[in-house]
Amino acid sequence: MSTAAQPREASGSGSSATTGGAVQKRNQPRPRRTERARAEARLGWLLAGPAFVLMLLVTIYPILQAAFDSLFSYRLTAPQDRAFVGLGNYGVVFTDPVFWADFGVTLLITVITVAVELVLGFALALVMNSAIKGLKGLLRTAILVPYGIITVVSAFAWFYAFDINTGYVNSWIGQPNLDWFGSGPTALVVIMASEIWKTTPFISLLLLSGLAQVPSELTEAAKVDGATWWERMSRVILPNMKAAIMVAVLFRALDAFRIFDNIFIMTNGAYGTETLSLLAYRTSIGRLEVGMGSAVSVVLFLLVILIAVIAIKGFKVDLAGGGKR
Amino acid sequence: MKRKIGWAVITILVLVYALFPVLSILMNSFKSSGDFTEGGQFLPRTWSTENYQMIFFGDAKDLFLPALRNSLGITLIATVIAVVLATLCAYAVARLDFPGKRIVLGAALAISIFPVISIVTPLFNLWRQIGLYDTWLGLIIPYLSLTLPISIYTLSAFFQQIPWELEQAAQVDGATPFQAFRKVIVPLALPGVFTTAIIAFFIAWNDFVYGISLTSTSAARPVPAALAFFTGASQFEEPAGAISAAAIIVTIPVVIIVMLFQRQIVSGLTQGAVKG
Amino acid sequence: MSTITLKNLVKRYDDGFEAVKGISLDIADGEFMILVGPSGCGKSTLLRMIVGLEDITDGELQIDGKRVNEMAPRDRNLSMVFQNYALYPHLTVYENIAFPLRLNKNSVPKDEIDRRVRQAADMLDLNEHLQRKPGNLSGGQRQRVAMGRAIVRDADAFLFDEPLSNLDAKLRGQMRTQIAQLQRKLGTTSIYVTHDQTEAMTLGDRVAVLKRGLLQQVASPRELYEQPVNLFVAGFIGSPSMNFLPAHPVDGKLRTPLGDIPALEHQLKAAEGRDIVLIGVRPEHFEDNKLVDEGVRSKGWTFKADVSHTEWLGNEQYGYISYEPDPKVSGLLNSLAQDLDADELVPMVVTSLEATSRIRGGQQAELWMDVRKLHVFDAESGENLTRDAEEGARLTAEAAEERAFEIKRAQQEVSA
Repeated sequence: MSTAAQPREASGSGSSATTGGAVQKRNQPRPRRTERARAEARLGWLLAGPAFVLMLLVTIYPILQAAFDSLFSYRLTAPQDRAFVGLGNYGVVFTDPVFWADFGVTLLITVITVAVELVLGFALALVMNSAIKGLKGLLRTAILVPYGIITVVSAFAWFYAFDINTGYVNSWIGQPNLDWFGSGPTALVVIMASEIWKTTPFISLLLLSGLAQVPSELTEAAKVDGATWWERMSRVILPNMKAAIMVAVLFRALDAFRIFDNIFIMTNGAYGTETLSLLAYRTSIGRLEVGMGSAVSVVLFLLVILIAVIAIKGFKVDLAGGGKR
Repeated sequence: MKRKIGWAVITILVLVYALFPVLSILMNSFKSSGDFTEGGQFLPRTWSTENYQMIFFGDAKDLFLPALRNSLGITLIATVIAVVLATLCAYAVARLDFPGKRIVLGAALAISIFPVISIVTPLFNLWRQIGLYDTWLGLIIPYLSLTLPISIYTLSAFFQQIPWELEQAAQVDGATPFQAFRKVIVPLALPGVFTTAIIAFFIAWNDFVYGISLTSTSAARPVPAALAFFTGASQFEEPAGAISAAAIIVTIPVVIIVMLFQRQIVSGLTQGAVKG
Repeated sequence: MSTITLKNLVKRYDDGFEAVKGISLDIADGEFMILVGPSGCGKSTLLRMIVGLEDITDGELQIDGKRVNEMAPRDRNLSMVFQNYALYPHLTVYENIAFPLRLNKNSVPKDEIDRRVRQAADMLDLNEHLQRKPGNLSGGQRQRVAMGRAIVRDADAFLFDEPLSNLDAKLRGQMRTQIAQLQRKLGTTSIYVTHDQTEAMTLGDRVAVLKRGLLQQVASPRELYEQPVNLFVAGFIGSPSMNFLPAHPVDGKLRTPLGDIPALEHQLKAAEGRDIVLIGVRPEHFEDNKLVDEGVRSKGWTFKADVSHTEWLGNEQYGYISYEPDPKVSGLLNSLAQDLDADELVPMVVTSLEATSRIRGGQQAELWMDVRKLHVFDAESGENLTRDAEEGARLTAEAAEERAFEIKRAQQEVSA
């Protein structure tokens, strides 16, 4: 029975109409919309409308406003000097070595964290998948703790553990004078560690559900065919959960590209650890250069969209797979 | 036997991975101020509750308590609004056939990848002009941009799995449409709504960018943002203890929720994102 | 207890598709009516129109002579067993069965609810499972819970939408018997949708055969089997299916790929004046010639054929004879195959022989055909030209009598 999307008007004079299921099943074009279909469409938008409109208002409007602001030379400290400069701000942004340095750092963090998280997350997913029942709950609860913890708290936890004054890590590794947050590369190591710790659970849960969708008959058949554990993994399981992996990677990559909290807490962008999000924040909120800051914001926004489009078109990631059904 | 030991080792490894940073900050929260200056170590030299006293009754009280109140209030309100609106929306998406329902889902998905920082700059500007800067409402509205898309998406996925034909069965059994809804659909839909609320709560609770950008005083500043502005008892004193204590306080609800509802959270997180 | 009357019911969807194209049917009080047909014949739609889950586009539906087209499902006082049982997963078995009684509309007192739930549970052997959730039950148990929910209320009629199709073969047999006994005991008017012709034959007092939204024939199982109105009914009812062979009337015989059959007079008359007809013979009307009683051998036709292979089933065996298909009737036979949910009709005659027969595949064998049982069908319309309507009516009337007797007996047992 395909009743998944059967429409039903709750009221009605007793003629409870349910034609949607059958109509959708045949999936034929409809020549004209009947009164009932129109009423259904009205009800649909009545229910979905508020959420939809509000969602657009709080996101699309600011983005458009940012795009508009980015065309002006505009500082909040000197609002009377506001002047239209066209794409001038973008010219400044793209010729600024700081922008490119920040872009590089952002990309570096994204690539490394996602790669590490993918491996670590898959290992965790395998552990959770094959654990016995009682253990499974415990493992899942443990793994969800990092997911639920506030990023800022995670940042402080890692910061205080590595900090040259308050940290214990230095004494553990016998390097009492190593100032982790005194140089870019070492600071980035801790920043990425915190990021990885906090977000790996998410990726591993996505991979776990992908893993669960590979039919056990497939691995059993491979076992009978004489495949080793490694061969089963690489030739049967991984190819069959490619979709789940791609979705997980994309979601995480977009998220990592926006990294802000960890860096703000640990270094505030010092020693070459600044990312694009921090640059945008520093420019517009810190220095109140709204025009320039908006330009950076718009560039960051477009980069995120670009990554998503490349992933979806280039790698055929079916993001909406869940919603479409 | 070997297997058992193997699983014990794996379990311990996972637990250490997941809990060590939490333990680390928990230990910090019990250190006295001297512990931090004399070079770090994992355990407190002397166990002390001075940090907790400081944030609840001492110098940091005026910084932490309003922030905690702001965080709870703003996050809960934003969560409730998002879940209520998303429930109506997801019901329509899962249940009704109307032109543009794909757009609703697509928009929710697209918006969930928007960089927060790109939204905050114009809001910062606008809020200052219309007086929403440093107010609860000024945070609740942008929090909806975080919570609404994921709520719509997750709930739609949940609702699409509800066996809606049960509603018909109930009507044949003699139920009015309202009874069918209340006695059959609501009990089936509630777990999904609840799970979505948890996830939305986590996301709003986690916010930092809006928190530091759109507030300036304790009138609306939430905990994560307040933590970044903590200072020690004196200007030269390390605020690590107080920050750690405050961090532990805001982590407690998270840990409790996770322990009680891990199964639901997992299903909710995977529901929205990957589906075959 | 109710009569249900369908007057020219039509279901047309928004896109113009007609799932039910004007069906009229009288269902008597206490009767067990089966709606049967291949997938897409409109049988489920028709049932959902009766229960009120599907709008009636045209025509009139009456329960006890009252028009109910506009009534909501809850007001029609019918109960239904859904194909996938539609059990409420959040309620226990007990609460699932009690569900219809707990709705204020019925306002049944608590102890009365309890009594009736337990009575239903007794009848269906569900006592041990009352506190379990449906998710933990086996398929058969779920099916019984769904039945329990249907019978707990004094519904005017029971509607079943392919209730056994999710069960394995053995369980299906058991449940079939249980449903039949239950219905007789309660004497409640029932409408039962299925695509399984065995269920149709064993359960129904009368069976309505549907094809593409149109009613083909309503009759007792025996009438359907022995006096089908057309090729479709003849082919749908019975397993293995009736054999259809092209035949030309030549010199007082019917020339078929098996040979010239010395047909009876009424059969010849039916075929008269036509270039080609289709003849239908059921597998059991063939026999190994050696094993045929001398007394009846003369009533049939003995012929030789190459048996390609045999299947021995213990109580009988099937012998297969392939033949050269006739292109003139391939169109009709292919569309028939489609109607019957098959890909194509294999040009092969299936014969059902005695288990003791020594006929084996790859040999020429001497077979016998009971010519009296042969039907002649029009090669274009598929209409049965040899149908004996009077005999059919007699068979159905007989079934009705037997039925009345059985109900009386079952209810005496209940009251005793």
